Amino acid sequence: MIQDEDLDLLLNELNHRYGYDFSNYARASLKRRVNRLLSLDKFVSFAELLFKVKNEPHYLAHVVEQLTVNVTEMFRDPTLFKTLREQVLPILATHPLIRIWHAGCSTGEEVYSLAILLEEANLLHKSLLYATDLNPTVIENVKKGLFPIGAVKQYTENYIQAGGKKDFSSYYLAQYEWAKFHERLSTNMIVATHNLVSDRSFNEFQLILCRNVLIYFDKNLQDKALTLFDNSLETLGFLVLGSKENLRFSTIAPSYAQLENKEKIWRKMR
Amino acid sequence: MAKDALDLPRHVVIGGSAGSLEIILRLVACLPARPNAIVTVVVHRKNDKDSILVDLLSSRTTLPVREVEDKEPIRVNTIYLAPPDYHLLVERADMFALDRSEKIHYSRPSIDVTFESVAETFGARAIGILLSGANADGAFGMACIKKAGGYTLVQDPASAEVGFMPRQAIERSPIDRILHAEEIVRFLPELLTK
Ligand SMILES: C[S@@+](CC[C@H](N)C(=O)[O-])C[C@H]1O[C@@H](n2cnc3c(N)ncnc32)[C@H](O)[C@@H]1O
Repeated sequence: MIQDEDLDLLLNELNHRYGYDFSNYARASLKRRVNRLLSLDKFVSFAELLFKVKNEPHYLAHVVEQLTVNVTEMFRDPTLFKTLREQVLPILATHPLIRIWHAGCSTGEEVYSLAILLEEANLLHKSLLYATDLNPTVIENVKKGLFPIGAVKQYTENYIQAGGKKDFSSYYLAQYEWAKFHERLSTNMIVATHNLVSDRSFNEFQLILCRNVLIYFDKNLQDKALTLFDNSLETLGFLVLGSKENLRFSTIAPSYAQLENKEKIWRKMR
Repeated sequence: MAKDALDLPRHVVIGGSAGSLEIILRLVACLPARPNAIVTVVVHRKNDKDSILVDLLSSRTTLPVREVEDKEPIRVNTIYLAPPDYHLLVERADMFALDRSEKIHYSRPSIDVTFESVAETFGARAIGILLSGANADGAFGMACIKKAGGYTLVQDPASAEVGFMPRQAIERSPIDRILHAEEIVRFLPELLTK
């Protein structure tokens, strides 16, 4: 495993040269990512990696992509989506315009999942889905709506478990190794880069989802990001976290109440 | 690596896959009331969603059993279970972290990931136990523990329901003890009093 001193050298370069600040990411996971990059790109030493980062600016995109974890799924944690469908959307339905923020959306699977729920609740036409991520490469896929066809079987099962009643294949067209999701789903998606470390609040939302992003942050950075969400959420709005993430020990916790069924959904009470 | 590891409690990490559940339950049951150790269990689970394992483990011990959440504090005399579909890492000697990156050996949680991480932080205070399984996961992790000065123990492949996993570990690096299930259950409490 790479040494702490080496990791610091790399993080310094990324920060000072390119403005990507990973210094408050959880270390154990970040070290594994660097190790993975070292073996993936067949570096014989850490010094070589550092040299490339210093001297080849176009290599940066690849480094950012490999240091962050982009693995995602449609309707990941189906019972969460079921709860959104049954308990959250009916409340959001009362708003004339529904603003939703997917922070750390990766390639967009979660955004399309929610768009499908909204369409089935007849709310998609009056919803805006903001999809943001620090990685410009992954978000290119969001507007395209292309997901690997091999994963669709699992997504179909997830969709059904999430209370889906339609034929899931009516949402996409199979194109060789891709499932291309229908364009009507992406009409109201607004896609942009946004870094939770350095960028500020940009709107007020009724629903914010940030799942499996905060696990890669240390406690301080988690609190900072959660404060950003708190400042971007209307009173009585909803905040959704990943299945093993918890608001419990955070500074914003006192203003929030978790839904009774213990899904990772909190409502901002004041 | 673990500089002040000698001040740390011992960290027992148990890895298992196919055919390991029964012996894990027995291992948990054999622990003394205050083992003065942290016990972490990483097991490949078929059904991702079942939280039944926590209940099963709890029914065999008076020690608290927790399925780990992100940034969970690490406490001595507590049994931790890696949650389904996440890798379990040690962030610091007193804190876990989770990671949902690529599967390792088709597995998430991966035994290798947790064992390597425990070896890094707990060094000579780490005790690795690898049980029955049909997967190559764990062999690298056991090697990490050995290299860091920790103690390694595998279930005798001949006595395991599925011998592949323990055999991989034995072929990869030196193992301190190779024992039958019954012997492990007798030996572990002894090891912890040393
Ligand atoms: C594992 S994906 C989560 C995808 C989806 N929310 C899910 O749960 O399936 C994590 C995403 O967080 C993004 N990310 C990491 N650090 C970030 C930051 N500081 N600001 C915004 N996004 C970040 C990564 O680029 C990655 O796409």
